[in-house]
This record gives sequence, C-alpha cells and structure tokens, in this order.
Amino acid sequence: METIADTNWLLTVVVFAPLVGALIMVLIPQEDEQSHKQVALFTSLVTLGLAAFLLIDFNYGDAENLQYFVDTQWIEVIGAGYTIGVDGMSLPLIALTALIMPLVFVYSWNHIPEPGNAKAFLILSLILETGMIGTFVAQDLVLFFVFFEVVLLPMFFMIAVWGGENRRYASLKFFLFTLFGSALMLLSFLALYFLTEADTFSMLVLTENAGEGITRGTQLLVFAGMFLGFGVKVPMFPFHTWLPDAHTEAPTQGSVILAAVLLKLGTYGFIRIAIPMLPEAAEAWAPWIGLLAVIGIIYGALGCLAQTDMKRLIAFSSVAHMGFVMLGIATLTDFGINAAIFGMVAHGLITGMLFFIAGSVKERYHTLEIKRLGGMLAQAPRLGWILGFVSMASLGLPGLAGFWGEFPAILAAYNPAAGVSEQTFRVYMVVAAVGTVLAAGYLLWLLQRTAMGEPSAEFADDPNITDVSTTEWIAWAPLLFGIVLFGVAPGLIFEVTDPAVTQSLDNCITTLTGCEVAEAAASSGSGGG
Amino acid sequence: MLAGIAPLFGATEFVRPAIDWHAAAPELTLLGFGALITMIDIGWLERARRIAAPLTSLALLVTLVPIITLALDGNDRSMFHGGFVVDDYSLIMKATFVLAGYVVVLMSTNYIAEGDYWENEYYGLLLSSILGMILMASARDLISIFVALELLSIPAYMLATWRKRDLKSNEAGLKYYLMGVFASAVMLYGMSLLYGASGSTLLVDINDAISVATTLDAVVVIGIIFVVVGFAFKVSAFPFHTWAPDTYEGSPTPVTAFISVASKAAGFVALLNLLFVGFLGRDDIFEPLMWALAAASMTAGNLMALRQTNIVRLLAYSGVAQAGYMLAPLAVAGTVPDKALTASVTYLVIYAAMNLGAFAVVIAVARKTRSAKISDYRGLFHYAPGLTVAMTIFLFSLAGIPPLGGWLAKFRVMEAVIEADTASGLVLGIFVAVNSVIALYYYARIGFGMWAEDAPDGDLTPVNVPLSLGVALTLTALITIAMGVVPGDVVGRFTEVSLLAGG
Repeated sequence: METIADTNWLLTVVVFAPLVGALIMVLIPQEDEQSHKQVALFTSLVTLGLAAFLLIDFNYGDAENLQYFVDTQWIEVIGAGYTIGVDGMSLPLIALTALIMPLVFVYSWNHIPEPGNAKAFLILSLILETGMIGTFVAQDLVLFFVFFEVVLLPMFFMIAVWGGENRRYASLKFFLFTLFGSALMLLSFLALYFLTEADTFSMLVLTENAGEGITRGTQLLVFAGMFLGFGVKVPMFPFHTWLPDAHTEAPTQGSVILAAVLLKLGTYGFIRIAIPMLPEAAEAWAPWIGLLAVIGIIYGALGCLAQTDMKRLIAFSSVAHMGFVMLGIATLTDFGINAAIFGMVAHGLITGMLFFIAGSVKERYHTLEIKRLGGMLAQAPRLGWILGFVSMASLGLPGLAGFWGEFPAILAAYNPAAGVSEQTFRVYMVVAAVGTVLAAGYLLWLLQRTAMGEPSAEFADDPNITDVSTTEWIAWAPLLFGIVLFGVAPGLIFEVTDPAVTQSLDNCITTLTGCEVAEAAASSGSGGG
Repeated sequence: MLAGIAPLFGATEFVRPAIDWHAAAPELTLLGFGALITMIDIGWLERARRIAAPLTSLALLVTLVPIITLALDGNDRSMFHGGFVVDDYSLIMKATFVLAGYVVVLMSTNYIAEGDYWENEYYGLLLSSILGMILMASARDLISIFVALELLSIPAYMLATWRKRDLKSNEAGLKYYLMGVFASAVMLYGMSLLYGASGSTLLVDINDAISVATTLDAVVVIGIIFVVVGFAFKVSAFPFHTWAPDTYEGSPTPVTAFISVASKAAGFVALLNLLFVGFLGRDDIFEPLMWALAAASMTAGNLMALRQTNIVRLLAYSGVAQAGYMLAPLAVAGTVPDKALTASVTYLVIYAAMNLGAFAVVIAVARKTRSAKISDYRGLFHYAPGLTVAMTIFLFSLAGIPPLGGWLAKFRVMEAVIEADTASGLVLGIFVAVNSVIALYYYARIGFGMWAEDAPDGDLTPVNVPLSLGVALTLTALITIAMGVVPGDVVGRFTEVSLLAGG
C-alpha cells in the first residue's frame, strides 16, 4: 500500500473542516446573518482549497491505490475502523463535492430561502458536506454507513423547513425511502462481515476477498440488500418516486446538493462496494440492473415530457441520466464504469446548474409552470442562453460534459463483461439510444416553451424579471466552465478513474475467470479521450 | 416452625457466609442514604424539604464511587454461593441505574417542589427503588431476583400515584400496581415450578438441572414461560404492555421517565440474568419465545405509536417497540450468547440516555404549554431552539440515525441476529430493519412539526428551563452523541457470558 506518510492527516481535515465551521457557527447568535454567511463560505472555501491541494498533491501515477490512507481503530468492539483513503475512483467525486458547496454558499448570499434563519440553513449545509465527503473517503463499511446516513438528517430538515407547499410529504418520503434502503444495506454489510473469514469491515480486505467462500445463493441475497440501499439513493426505477417530490419541494440549494452529490452516493456505492465485493452476484444481477436502468432512462424521459413544472422536469431528467450511469455500471466493464463515474461528475455539474437556473427562474417569475413562462431570451437573455447551453450539455451534445457520460455508457453496453448476456445488453443499448433522442426531445421542448417566443402577457412588463446577477454569475461560472472543460478534455477524469476501475475489476478476474475475456475486449476501447 | 424447616437445608448450625463488604458497598451506601433521608424527614418535617433533592443527588453520586472502585479493581466477586455476583456486566448496569436515577432526580427537582408534592418520601422511595435495581444487577438467585424486583417495583407503584389529586395519576398507579402484582404472581408460580424441577434457587444450579431433558420437561417449559412472561410485563413487551400507556400518561413525568427507563432496564437485567445463567441450556424453549416477543413488540409497538396524539403515550408505545429491539438478540442467545448479551446491554445503556433525554424535553416543554399534546410541539424551534435541537437528537437517536447513539444500539442488535447465521435470525434482522423505517415516520413527524410548522396561537414566549433540568438535558444529549461517535470501551468491557455465572 502506497502511502504518503506526511500528508495522511489531510484527508481527515478535508472531511471534518466543514464540521468545525458548523461548530463555530453554533456559537454565533442567530441575528448575525452576515457572519454566518461569511463563516460558511469561508469554511467551504478552505475545504475547497484543501481539496485542490489534494488534487495537486495526488500521485496520479498511482491512482489505482488508496492514498492518504489512514487506518486506525474506531469502535473496537464492533471491529469498525476509522479507515479512509482516496483513489482515482473517489477523487473526482470529492472534488465535485468540494466545488459545489462554496457555490451553494455564494448563491445563498442573498438567496436564503423562506422562512429565513441563515444560521440553521448553513449549519445543515456544512454537516451535509462532511457527510458527503466522508462517504467518498470511507474505506470501512461501518464508517461508510455512518457517513452515508449523516446526510439524511440535514437533507430532511432542509426540505422540511425551507421547502415548498408540499414539503411535509416530500421530506418524509425522502427520509423513509432512503432509510428503508440503508437499513437493509446494513444487514448486508453485517452478513458480509460474518460470511467472509476475515471478520472485518475493511473495504480493502473485502474487495480483495471478492466474495470468496460465500455460496452463490447467499451472495445473491447479500447483493440484493446492497442493491436496495444504493438503488433507492441513485434512485433507480422503481424506487425513484421520492426524487421528483424531494426535488420539487426542496429549496434551490437543497436541489443542487441533492442532484449534484447526494445521488452519487448510491452509484458510488455500487462501484466501490457492491460490485467489487460480490462480483459473482453482480454478474448474476447485472441484466436486471441493466433492465431497471434502461426502464429508468425511458421512463424518466417520458416522465419529463409529461411534466408541467420545470423543476419536476429536471428531477425526472435525473432519473433518466442516472439510468445511463447505472447502465454503464451494469456492463461490469472498465469502459462502462469509467463512463459511469464520468456521468456522475457530468450530471453533478449539469443538473446542479439546471437546478440553480430553476431556482433563479422561480425567484423572478414566482412560478415554474412551463406554460406560464416564455420568452426568457427576450426578457433575460443571459439567463435564457445559459439555460439553452446547459440543456444542450444535458442532452449529450458532443463537446460538452454530458456527452462523455452517456455515449461511452451506451457503447459499453454493446460489449458487456463475459458472463453477462451480450444480446440482452445490446437490446438495452438500442433502448438507451432511443432514450437520448427522447432527452433531446424534452430538453429542446423545454427550451422552446420557456426561453423562446414572446414573453407571456402576465410577465411582459414585470420589473422583477432581471438578468443574471453578480452572485449568480460567481456561483454559476465554475459549473459552466467545468461543463466545457470536461467536454473538451474528458481525459482529465478518465485518466484518473481508469487505473482504479481497472484494478477493482482485475480483482474479479481471480474469482471469475470469465471476466478476463471481457477485460481484454473492453480495455482496447478504454481511456476515453 | 424454624426447627421444622431447618433439616431441609441439611445444616443444623447456622454458618455466617463470608461477606465481601467492598462488593456490597454500592447497595449499602444507597441503603444508608435512603434511611438517612427517611430519618431526616421524620425529625425535621417540613424543614427537610429543601435538602431532600440535593441529598438524594449526593447519595447517588457517592454510590458511584464504590461502583467505580470495583470496576477499577476488575476482579469478579461472588457471594452466597454465587447468588450475588459483581462483574463488569453488573457494574455497568449498576452505573446505568445510578446515573439514570441521578438524571431522574435532576428532572424531579423543580417538578416535585413546584407541584407541592411530598418531597422527602418521594426521594426516599426513589432511592429504595434504585437500590432494588442495583441489587438486581447482581442477583443470580431466584429469591434475590424476586426480592430485588419487589424492592424496585413497590416504590414505583407509589411514585406513579404521586399526583394524588389527579384521577389519571390514581389510575396510573392502580393499573401499574394491579398489572405488576399479577405479573409477579405469574412469575412466582414459574419460579416455584423451576425450583421444583431443579431443587435449587441458584440460577447456576437450575441451569445444570434443566439442561438435560428429564421427565419434568413439561414443568420446565411452563416454568420458563411463566417467568419470562412475568418479566415481559415489566419490560412492557407486547402483548403485556397494556398498562404502559395509561401509567406513563398519568404518572408525574419524571416518574414516567424513571419507569420507562430504569424500571424497564431492571426488568431486562433480570431477564438477562435468568436467560444467560439459568436457562442457557434450554435455548430450544426460550429462543422461539423471545423471537415471538421481539417481533411482536417491535411491530405492534411501532404501529400503535403511529396514531398517538400525546407525546407521552407515543413514547410509551415507542418504548414497547424499543423493548422489541432489545429482546431481539435474546432470540439468538443460545447460538451467540456473548454477542447477544453485549447487544442487549449496549442497547439498554444507550436507550437509557436517549429516552431519559426525551422525557426531560417533555418536562421542559410542559412547563410552558402545560400539555403533552404532540400538536403543541409545533413551532418549538421558533421559541426554544435549544430544546428543539435536543429533542431532535433524542428522537432521531431513538430512530437509530447515525451518528447519534441509537444507531450503534441497533447495529449491535442486527450484528447479533445476523451472526447467528440462522434463517430465523435473518428474518428478525429484516424485522428490525423494516421497523426502523416505520418508527422513523412518527419520530420524523414530530421533528417536522417542531422545525417546520408554526407555533399554535403564535405564542412565542420562551420556555424557562431550570438549571437542574438543563443539566439533565445536557448530560443525556452528550451521552447520546458520544455513544454514537466515540463509544470507546464503555460497551465493550463485558463480552463473556461465562462471567455472569460467577464462582
């Protein structure tokens, strides 16, 4: 295990820096809103700075191994360790989280949602950040579980307190669905602990073990538990129903965090835990995961076409996009999983941005009903163009980030891992390709109805409808830049993730001889740009 | 008459058993203070009121000293042929009882003084009840278990009726008393059967005698079932929980907290002693029984809690469900005894902190609203943010959301039932998982009301939290969080069931 002894503390600091900020804010009186905003933004910028240092300091030549690795005892009686580390798979997601949060705080500078109380809102956001980054660095199943759950409470309250009309229903639904999944996931983790000889929660050991010594039937069951836990979070069809409600009711910042990072916890769980630890079960479940993924793609797209509310439409588009991510994962190939990680980052940037826009539209028009909007390009041209640009990115226009998430995932489905039915996945491929057409359909239609045409009579002379403000520019520019950057140079991500993905799949070669063939086939096309 | 039964013991001359004073020091300390408070009351009458609560607090804190010295000493001690055992397990339970008692005193101080109730008697009874509990932690003999049980129950019956001008309080006490006595009778009958089958009251001997199947199997089965059912009343497991909601609602709230935490924990301790020392050889009998009790308690408790409108009744039903979680590991106690024991005890310790805390908030809020209606918790965040955060911590800890203590408790329960590696264990694990989701609904609903809704009538006057109550809240909240984040050694000291049996 390659470790850089001097900077191993760094990761711990990155994880808990937001929490320190939150603790400081507890001591500041509630009335002093400005200080709260400053502390929150400063904390998140420090975290971003540390994450940036991590990005620079990271040894890219060794991206397949965990770096900044810390492994100490945590709760000895249950064998849980404080084991953290970062490799090529988690690095892009940590960077994404660290980037999104300051933008959220910038946006919050003059957009604290009703009913106010910046203190509580910002503290919850910081706790969320700790939970999210913690999930991506955890290398111990119990630690992972704890961080995975830490995000629940803040998100629940964010929707419950600062949400829209129907927030009670939406927040409870979000909470109950996710807890249901994660409770069963915990059972699976425990089963894994006892079924492997090692008696450990260490992800490294369990990944190396790769389900050895567990009978096939049990593996399938254990995988099913994890599937529920991660699948609800992704969310996969048919567990997706909490998502449109949560997104629609959540405040803008909540939607952005939810779309940009929270959903990735689920897909990350598949890549990091479920598949490498139980490759045999993953292979057996792959066609079903793929099936649900393509159903999600089509269903999400059809759902989008039927929506009358812009935010709800974006939420359904998330279901479709995460379907592509899951399809990539379900192929169990290096190529597909790289595409999935790319898709996660791209979806984070693009959909996060779309929710920012939706928030700003709501603020100006006081409605997100598509048929009441219109002519945005005439009234607020910059806002309209940004919406157009991000829609293009979202529908997978080559040259923008969205393309590299979708296209390789579809391509990977052409040639899934050996042991996974090729025919089935080729059918999925065709269906997914139809999904991209539908995506273009609903996004262009959205653009046409909201941005083009004449402003509706209702809003024609509304002085509230102004163009993009300075805080909005600051909050949005990095996302827009990222969308272009990763669209032009996808290798920036692929080259980081590929070694780690390859290594994690290499493990299954030892357990499943069948994987080897697919590996060879897939690696010829791997590496992306 | 004495001459008549003397031959039964096979000894004509009484030999005083060796007494380990250090081992008995916690009980003796508490006994001394309890007597002192009663004496002071007799002598000083009204003047004693002022010092009653501080003296009781002092008594409990002083009692902690021998518990700590015994823990530091680390040797397992045993007296009366193994009928009284001091080991890590009993010490951690004693410490839990004493600390829970201390928190209850903190919660009672203003409540009892301001309500113009009898004070010295209240604290005297409280101490004697706690004495029964710490005795229970060491009891490894049917007689001492029964004595400890009555010692802890009878004062609690009286404390439940402390608001004596309130009909509901009378109802609470009477129900509690009648049900409790009924349970005692059933249990006593079971004990007599077990004594008949084994010829000894010592749990170790009983285990030896009943482990091998004999012609007396039917007697053993009925004996075990009756004893377990007796304690199922005490821990308010479904379907023996019917007294709990009414008693909880009618009793003075600090007493409710005491009954729902300390008294329930004492029932569990007795059950653990019985199962792990006395019946462990007969897991074929008690495991299915525990399985059914656990599954029924958690499911029924949670479903009934869903429809409650009174927070105390809600906590009563949630307590039934929590009892189900605590019983779950006992359903696999024969397969993985060590894990099952630690799981149950860990749950008990964490449950004590979080449930006491929840009741402390209920008391604090009732100081303003004079009500326990859940609808009166709406908008709490707007006028009492500190209390809201505390209540949020306690409720979501009860729901088992990390990083609050409750998650570790549930984790350990799941760990035990999964490690057993049996189909029934796995199914019970799924029961726990699904029930966590059901329970979350009613906890989260209160959380939603506190944070996201408006206060009824727009009344935003702050809640006046007296110092002692504040200390109780802080203490329980800190323990609740600490147990979830850095539980350290507290829940890991006793991992060997064999220690329970003593020498």
